[in-house]
Amino acid sequence: MKRRTFLKLLGASAAAIGFGGSLALAQDRSLRVGVYGGYFKDSFDAHVFPRFTEETGIRVESVAVPTGEAWLVQLETAARAGQAPADVSMMAQVPLRRGAAAGLWTPLDESALPNLEYVRPPLQTRDAEGALVGVGAVSWFITLVTNTDVFPEAPTSWAEFWGDHPNQLGLLALATNSFLLEITARTFLGGTDALDTDEGLEAAFAKLEELKGNVQLWYRDEGQFQQALQSGEIPMGQYYHDVTGLAAADGFPVRSTFPQEGGVLDWGSWAVSRASDKLEEAQAFINWFSQPSVQDLVARQVGTAPTVERTFLGLSDEEFARVSSDIDPIVPKYELYLERGDAINQLWTERITS
Amino acid sequence: MTPAPRARWWLLYPTLMLGVLFVLPLGATVAVSFFRRVQGALPGPAFALDAYARALSPFFLERLAVTLGLAALAAALSVLIGFPFCYVLTRKPRRRQVPYLVLLLALLSLSEVIIAFAWSLLLSRTSGLSNLLVALGWLPQAVSWSPGFGAALAGFVFVALPLTVLTFYPTLSRLSPDYVEAARTLGAPPLLAFWNVVLPLMRAAIVGTTILVFVFVLGAYVIPQVLGRPAQWTLPVHITDQAVLQSNLPLAAALAVVLLLVSGVLALLAARLGRTQEPS
Repeated sequence: MKRRTFLKLLGASAAAIGFGGSLALAQDRSLRVGVYGGYFKDSFDAHVFPRFTEETGIRVESVAVPTGEAWLVQLETAARAGQAPADVSMMAQVPLRRGAAAGLWTPLDESALPNLEYVRPPLQTRDAEGALVGVGAVSWFITLVTNTDVFPEAPTSWAEFWGDHPNQLGLLALATNSFLLEITARTFLGGTDALDTDEGLEAAFAKLEELKGNVQLWYRDEGQFQQALQSGEIPMGQYYHDVTGLAAADGFPVRSTFPQEGGVLDWGSWAVSRASDKLEEAQAFINWFSQPSVQDLVARQVGTAPTVERTFLGLSDEEFARVSSDIDPIVPKYELYLERGDAINQLWTERITS
Repeated sequence: MTPAPRARWWLLYPTLMLGVLFVLPLGATVAVSFFRRVQGALPGPAFALDAYARALSPFFLERLAVTLGLAALAAALSVLIGFPFCYVLTRKPRRRQVPYLVLLLALLSLSEVIIAFAWSLLLSRTSGLSNLLVALGWLPQAVSWSPGFGAALAGFVFVALPLTVLTFYPTLSRLSPDYVEAARTLGAPPLLAFWNVVLPLMRAAIVGTTILVFVFVLGAYVIPQVLGRPAQWTLPVHITDQAVLQSNLPLAAALAVVLLLVSGVLALLAARLGRTQEPS
């Protein structure tokens, strides 16, 4: 903060004397970073970006981006006109891969990213040619949540969804955001690879059809389910580990449990638009963000799960448990949705949410 | 002597505005509905009928039927409640009408989201109306009425009711009390006078309002997804899913075009049926 003010003053006075060129350039390094609007952007603006600017001198202009695929369409449309509404964007996994297939991202130079070694391998995304296009930024878990007044004992397995709980579950409404097919495959079919075959996919659908009678709400709006979970109206379901933890800390009778089969790991990745002319700054940012110390900071301040292996982290056991778990996570089959998403969604709406 | 046509350029204003605000967006929607969906990439301009093939599949046709049925039912209920309400309201002295009109306008300004969430609380097991019935001893235990068919319908009617009453208001305000007085003088009881005299006079207004409310409800998408079970998820809910969550713009556009065409035809038919001899 102080340093920047000093530089500005220096730049201004130098410019006034008539040789502001080099100084102006030094402080003109800037980067537009797209992060999900609302809570995410507020937390990053408050805790993350200022520190990056302090350490590198690169100014960050944060851009609020919608989740889902709307931002991908906007980026692609802008890139065709040679413009980048953001240089680096946090992208969900299916849009990230869709963008890679459409050639929207600039391949990253791995020699400029020495901190990549800390990032867990599944969170490094490469395109068809093997070039790195996405680096895990923050991750989060979908877990089994319960109302503690209604269920004094925490459940231990996802199989609880199939138990005797008529009209007591709140589940996410789509195949592509609930990852219930993966949960079913891990719990009953020996693992998510079962979904690679048509027989396995059919078995997962058939198993999921059995729990329809237990579902009170197929939700799209997170607020609706959270309210119902807190009041005990819908005492069990799937939800985000971090938000549930915050609600419990606020005194609501809710708990989040990592079932023995693992929580569902989902994450956002940094990707650079091909229309951006700030590749150097973008890579500096991605590299900086991949440091274990920064991942610690983000886990503490934003409440997301680190993208870095636990051994490198400085989080205490309690801090780590608040955002993550050592149980092997269920990783979604993003490729499956990319290739056959329409067919799966169609089956889903006809057989599961009907 | 006619004015020079040059002086009439401003008459093009409505045409221009319609073009900018209506024809262009609609044209874009129709164009996108013919794009080809490439999975794993972004849709590109093409002339493909894939989206329509899916939009007209049995699943979406069934959703269309449910959507039209729910909207028609909500419109009918709104008119059944709203017309008598508005008739009684317009028989009151003007200054007694004002608070009601202010309240209706206030209700009309509420967003669909707020209405949906308010009803989901009102109909919930933990804090809803059924607790009141338990306290009165009419129910053995509190029950959850939301999400469900009744909850979705209640939400639809609640959204449509202020619009219904305010649409009837000008016409009913102008209805001279002489008609009913004449009928009463000739010996008709009040209800019969209403039924035999007021209703036939108001036929065009009733049909027009019903169509308006029907189309208005057709577009609601928060109410069915918050208050409804999947069986009540209307086409707009699926259109939103396809457009926003699944990025399948061609299918979303095709579904929108199908919904627009079907509801347009139905509205035209209803308008034709509703034509009446205007009382001279």
